[in-house]
This record gives sequence, C-alpha cells and structure tokens, in this order.
Amino acid sequence: MTGQDKTIPVLEIRGLQTVFHDAQGAWPAINGLDLTLHKGEVLGLVGESGSGKSVAGFSVLGLIDPPGEITNGEVLFNGRDLRKLDEESLRQLRGASLSMIFQDPLTTLNPVLTIGEQMVEAIAEHTRGATPDLRRRCAEGLARVGITSPAERLDQYPHELSGGMRQRVVIAIAMLNRPDLIIADEPTTALDVTIQGQIIAEMQELQRESGAALIWITHDLGVVAELADRIAVMYAGDIVETGSTDDVLDRPRHPYTRGLLNSVPGDTAAGEPLRQIEGSAPPLSRRPAGCPFSPRCDRASDMCLDQPPPPEADANGRVWRCYHPLPEEEAA
Amino acid sequence: MLLYIMQRLMQSIGVLLAVSVAVFLAVYAVGNPVDLLISPEATQAERQQMIARLGLDQPVWSQYLTFLWNALHGDLGTSFVHGQPALSLIVSRMPATFELVVCALLLASLIGIPIGLWVGLNDGSFGSRAVMTGSILGYSIPSFWKGMVLILVLAVWLNWLPASGRGETVPVLGIPLSFLTLDGLRHLTMPVINLAIPNIALMIRLTAAGASEAVHQDYVKFARAKGVRNQRIVRRHILRNILIPIVTVLGVEFGSLIAFSTITETVFAWPGMGKLLITSIYQLDRPVVVAYVLLVTFIFVMVNLLVDFTYAALDPRVKLTERMS
Repeated sequence: MTGQDKTIPVLEIRGLQTVFHDAQGAWPAINGLDLTLHKGEVLGLVGESGSGKSVAGFSVLGLIDPPGEITNGEVLFNGRDLRKLDEESLRQLRGASLSMIFQDPLTTLNPVLTIGEQMVEAIAEHTRGATPDLRRRCAEGLARVGITSPAERLDQYPHELSGGMRQRVVIAIAMLNRPDLIIADEPTTALDVTIQGQIIAEMQELQRESGAALIWITHDLGVVAELADRIAVMYAGDIVETGSTDDVLDRPRHPYTRGLLNSVPGDTAAGEPLRQIEGSAPPLSRRPAGCPFSPRCDRASDMCLDQPPPPEADANGRVWRCYHPLPEEEAA
Repeated sequence: MLLYIMQRLMQSIGVLLAVSVAVFLAVYAVGNPVDLLISPEATQAERQQMIARLGLDQPVWSQYLTFLWNALHGDLGTSFVHGQPALSLIVSRMPATFELVVCALLLASLIGIPIGLWVGLNDGSFGSRAVMTGSILGYSIPSFWKGMVLILVLAVWLNWLPASGRGETVPVLGIPLSFLTLDGLRHLTMPVINLAIPNIALMIRLTAAGASEAVHQDYVKFARAKGVRNQRIVRRHILRNILIPIVTVLGVEFGSLIAFSTITETVFAWPGMGKLLITSIYQLDRPVVVAYVLLVTFIFVMVNLLVDFTYAALDPRVKLTERMS
C-alpha cells in the first residue's frame, strides 16, 4: 500500500456527480463521489439496488445516456482526466485499457452476430490496418476463461451457449486487450450459485495473472469478502465507508454498513425472522438534505438531518461519513 | 428443409382451394355477364347458344367443378371478353406491375430506412418528431388523390413528366421493361412515387421504432463499452437486428402492392394487372377475375415462403423446421 502511494493510481475519482433529468429538475444519482484504485487492486463496490453503484461504473466509461448527465468532478485514469477527452479518444480507451463486464450475459451479446465477430471487432476496432491471426487471439481468449473447443465456439451464436458460458465470453472480450482497469457490474448476479463460484474463481485468477485493477460492483457481501482487497459501501449516490475488506466487514464504523452486515441471511438462526434495515433507500427525487441515511438510522441526531457529514479517516486508510460512527471496539 | 418446402406448398394448395371457392361464389353473386356480353338485338336462340357455350347454363357447383377440373389441367378458363386464356392475359400484364412494385419498394427502402435510422437514433429531437409527424401524412393521404395532384403539378402545370402509359419498353429475356429507356423512366417516375410514398412513411416509422428500441439494448451499450465505432454499431449491431421486422413488412407490402396497385395503375393508365382486374370486374369477365385472385394468392404464398427463408438467414435463432404430426 505505502509503496504504491507514490505511483499514479489507475483510477482516481474526485467529486463525481451524475444527475438524471426529468420534467421537475435534475436529480443526482451520484453525488460527489471520491474513489482511488491502484494497480492490481480489487475494490468491492457494495450497496443496495438504486444506490448508484452501476451508474458510478458507467460514469467512469463515459457511457451515461440522456436523460442522465455527468455534471461534475474528475475521473483520472492513469492520470488523464477522462471527462476532458473527446468522444473518439474515449472510444479508443474503452475496451482497450478500460473495459466493462455487464450484469446479464443473456442480453449483453448481440443475438444475431457470431461470438467470433463480436470478439474480433473488440480487437479490430483498436488496431490500425489488417491484423493477422485475429481468430487465433480470440480463441486463446476463450480458452483462458475455460471454454472448451474455443475455435468452434467462434462460429456459434450466443443462443447456442448457456448463461455461464456467455458470461465467460463477455469476460474473455473484456480481457482481450489486456486492460488496466476492469469494471464488473454484478457479473454473477444472473447466474446460478455453482456457476457463480466458478466464474469468481476464474476472474480472480485472470485478474492476478494480468495485474489489472478490478472494480467488482455487487450487493452480495459474501462475494466481496472472497474477492476484494478493499470495500467501498455506497448509499444514495455516495460512498459512506471505505477501507480494507477485513476492517469494513469485521469492524464497520458506519451504521449503514453494520445494517447491511446484519442483514446477511446466514447470520440469522433458523426460524428467526430475517433481519433487515428498516425503511428503504430514498428515491432520487427525495434525498434528505443532511446525511442520506439519517431517516433509517437509529443513531441519527438533529445534526445529521441538517448537513451531510464530511469524510473522516483513520490511520489505516479507512474513511467514513458519519457524525456518530460506531466505536472502534465494537467488533461484529 | 426440402420437407419444409413441400409442407408449405401443400398448405398453399389448401389455401388456393379455399380461395377459389370463395371467389367463385363472389363472382357468381356480382351479376350475370350474359346481359353485358350479348348484344340486345340477338335472338333468343342466339342467346341460349351463347349461354351454353360459356357454360353459364350449368348450376354453380357444376360450373365450379368444371373450372376445378380444367384448373388441374393448367387451364384457368378463357376470358369472356378477349377470347384469350385468362392466365396468359394476366401474365402478359405482369411485367408492368412487377416493375412498378419493385421500383416503388426499392425507392421506399432506399429512402425510408436511412431516414428511419436517423429518426430512431435522434429520438425526441425536433427533427425526428417532425419527420414522424410528417410520415403520418405520407400514408393517410389517399393514393388516388395523391396521384391526381402529381399529374396536375408535374404533368399539367410543369409539363415535366407524361401523365399516362408505359412509354417505350425494351425486352429483356422476352420481358418488356420500361426503366431501361429514358422515355420509359419518365413514364415510370410518377406512378412509382405515388406507390412509394405510403411505403416510405411505413419504412421510416418501422425503422425508427426498431432503432430507438435497439439503441437502448444491452448489446449496444456493451459494444460501446468495447470501443466499437458508432458507425459500425449502427450498421452491424442495430441494423442487423431491426432488419427482421423490416423484411417481413416488405414481403407483405410486396404482395399487397402486386394485388392492389389497382388504383395507381388506373390513375396513371399503367397497363398492369391491376388495371386489367378493374376492367374485368366492370365487364363481369368471370374467368379473368377468378384467375387473377388465384394468381395473386399464389404470389402471396410464395412471397411469405421467401420471407421465412430471409428470416432464417437474418436471425440465427430461427430454424425452419417442418411440423411433426
């Protein structure tokens, strides 16, 4: 950690704000997000549905479509601000040094084009002139993610492959150009548990091998515990707590993180009702003025309703945004 | 595959049989052709002789069975009016209609699909909404009126284009075609535009609807995340997917334009099948009407078969399989 601090981080997000427009106005889905990611690091970005974690991922790639708009902040990728690049320079980065894996493998691949064409274009669109042995490189890419008889798969269509296979193809495409950063948006959510385990293991191996930094977006704390070096917990468009995986999972400082951990069904005895955080995440248009979690928080005071809490940090690089953090001793 | 084609052809025989019964009865109900065919001065004996010669003295079921028997031997009857076999009469008019319809659909696709793509990809912009609204006009203005306005403006006022007829034709493989001579092209232009306008509107709306839906699909977003250029995303990813409904509608439109280009052909005195049909209905020339409807039915069936093949070629998820009973 200390050695890497001197080098430029792969990704540094400062004060990112992404809003969605409607007839009533502009509603921030991401509100002043800060995030740093170093080479080879795996970050678990955790939060409930609607917390803005996917929007954060798409904002990094500049793939926010109207009515959405990135209105503020910097997205420094290897030191270059992606928000200052024109569309063509951004396109050249996407899929080359910055790639993304989507949630649902059944809809990510184009149903009417062969696997081969969809892989080949990922390379061809980033190289000038004729590239020999494109097919061989694609077949190798498929073999790396554990797909058998890869050369024949290239001529198949997505519907001829199972969901797990398709997600492997998507991962293979994301890895084709050896990116520095991969953003994986809940890549195992749509798969069944056994396939999920295999894909996570393969992903872990690929990531270590290639040294790429990885942001793994998920709502599944179990997955992050296995995979991530660090965790960032998102709530209502902002990161409320970051820190090393062990710190965050074992000694949460933010009440929301503790609430999430308590809600993991495995910790509840059989027959007991499942625990959950009371209430629900506020919709974009009704975010409270102060701390966004205050309406659902049992520690909230008047101060929390007034002003959003500033970030506070400790010596281990842990950051939280809470006026009344849980005491450090209180281990889970 | 061969079995599939055989099955489809068998089905089409069933369809043709059903249509032949319906049209035979309908034509029978329209009126008695004898009153139109025989001059009022003819004697009663001449009248009887004529009726017997045309087979009109038989009851309707017997007439139908005779027709069916002859049809199975490739004879769809002889025109009361022209004294020629009905089928060859229609077939001789077919090239003119086909030329008109093919040109109109080609024009509609070449203009409609690119505009539709643009509209679909710029969803909600002022320009795209203007085009969408304008396209409603395109297919709600009746074609006889549109045709007359075209003639009024382009032929009568400006005197740019001839108002009627087919112009000079050149035979290609024995088929006379207009579009190869300048004079023919000039004659072809107005009826083609008239027939194409509603189809341009249809293509725009169809392509726009498909494109504006496809552009939000995950596979398009993933292609963008892969760094694929916009032009390629539109050409390979979006167009390939929305071509499937477009081809279906083009197929259906081809069939109905062949069958119902009647109005355009009448307005521009285009010597095609549609004009023949209208004249034959007025003259109660039953064999021609029956043969016409059957031929058009057959063309419809064939076009649909062709559309199915195109389907399978465009969408790898579609497999043409024969039904197992």
